[in-house]
Amino acid sequence: MQDFTGSFRLAGRLIAAADPALVEIVLLSIQVTLSALVVSALIGLPLGATLAISRFPGRHGLVILCNALMGLPPVVVGLLVYMMLSNAGPLGVLQLLYTPTAMVIAQTVLITPILIALTRQVIADLNHEYAETFHSLGVPAHTAIAALLWDGRFSLLTVLLAGFGRAIAEVGAVMIVGGNINHVTRVMTTAIALETSKGELALALALGLILLAIALGVNALTSMINAPDGKRSHVRSA
Amino acid sequence: MSEVLDFTPPRRPSRNAHRLAASPMPLQVRGLSLELEGKRLLDQVDLTLLDNGITVILGPNGAGKTLLLKCLHGLCQPTSGTVLWHVDGLERPPVLEVRKAQALVQQKPVLLRRSVLANLKFAAKLRYSPIPQGLLENALALARLDHLASHAARTLSGGEQQRLALARALILKPKVLFLDEPAANLDPASTVLIEEAIRAAQSAGTKIVLITHGLSQARRLADNIVFLHRGRILEHSPADKFFSEPATVEAEAYVRGEIVL
Repeated sequence: MQDFTGSFRLAGRLIAAADPALVEIVLLSIQVTLSALVVSALIGLPLGATLAISRFPGRHGLVILCNALMGLPPVVVGLLVYMMLSNAGPLGVLQLLYTPTAMVIAQTVLITPILIALTRQVIADLNHEYAETFHSLGVPAHTAIAALLWDGRFSLLTVLLAGFGRAIAEVGAVMIVGGNINHVTRVMTTAIALETSKGELALALALGLILLAIALGVNALTSMINAPDGKRSHVRSA
Repeated sequence: MSEVLDFTPPRRPSRNAHRLAASPMPLQVRGLSLELEGKRLLDQVDLTLLDNGITVILGPNGAGKTLLLKCLHGLCQPTSGTVLWHVDGLERPPVLEVRKAQALVQQKPVLLRRSVLANLKFAAKLRYSPIPQGLLENALALARLDHLASHAARTLSGGEQQRLALARALILKPKVLFLDEPAANLDPASTVLIEEAIRAAQSAGTKIVLITHGLSQARRLADNIVFLHRGRILEHSPADKFFSEPATVEAEAYVRGEIVL
């Protein structure tokens, strides 16, 4: 119990003193996750919106696939990305394995299906309301997609936060493709796993607390965006 | 206001379409029927809409007025029959031209989650590049919403939303404007504003097809009346004739304000 309390105390000191090792890990984590989120958003938002409003053979199968991929096991993603980026893999020539870029790729693969599936749902609901008006105004498909994405921006921000939360808390994939190399690819989740295995609970706890704070912050932000009764997006002016 | 209504967008004639010598009718409906779940909701509707004037569709609830409007506008696929559009004298105009020739304002207009001005700008960008100077300002004036331009469209009152939807539709400069009970649930003052905008659009050359339950509104606006009952057109006649000498028992009862089953 004393060790437990002492670890908490030490963790608090590390955070309060902005320990350089701690800050480095936190910043890299945020950098990697935000990069993955931007790439995923660029892919997932338009694809999800397109899937929501278009009708083509195989669309239903694609929707099911995206929904299923939301539960993609991170270690499997890590393994696949590892195989692609390793020297024997098709992208081995890029020499990206054990770099932050590899971790960004892994997180992107992991959260893009989430963004596509959730975006599709948000935009489909909005399109249900807008479809007749768009037909009446003669809105072309690409304009409709852009308009739906813009008008659904507050709900979509929640989708992005969900993706962020999933990516930053992920450990399996980034461990495999990043290798948890000190000062290079060590992020919060991999550092927690390593420090815990070494019995160095203070740093692990400090990182854990920050991770928890980020998770809470993201959730609080999500609640604020949807406050007070989920109608915020309905009353905003451009 | 007149600029909003008079501005003519450039049009490109289709190479595949051939011109009619003279085609006074922009819209012809032949044998249009609609069945849903085994129930015939529109039954062999034949209708020719003249170039100018305001056509008011009257009929009791469930007569099929909104469905007919949706079929004309292309929102509803009829079970059988045809809707023929003549745009710029073209017998078979391209689909895009047909869509451009018409607009619909629904009973409960759907406005984008943006400001009043942004809603108008969205519609204007669909037709014009760049947007002609003064177009948006004139549209705001038409809707009497100048002072609310920066307000969120969805926070407007029912009457203001309806006027915005009307102005947004008129920016598209449609040849035919379908209006589904545009003044439903509005107070007299808002109704007057809506009717002024409708008349202005009609004066500028837009064919108006309007559904209403208000007989007084029909008397004020209609040039001709289509009376629909149980999915069939029982009468299509000039408004004066319809109100003074209705040709069917159902129309007569409806004009008298009696319950028509």
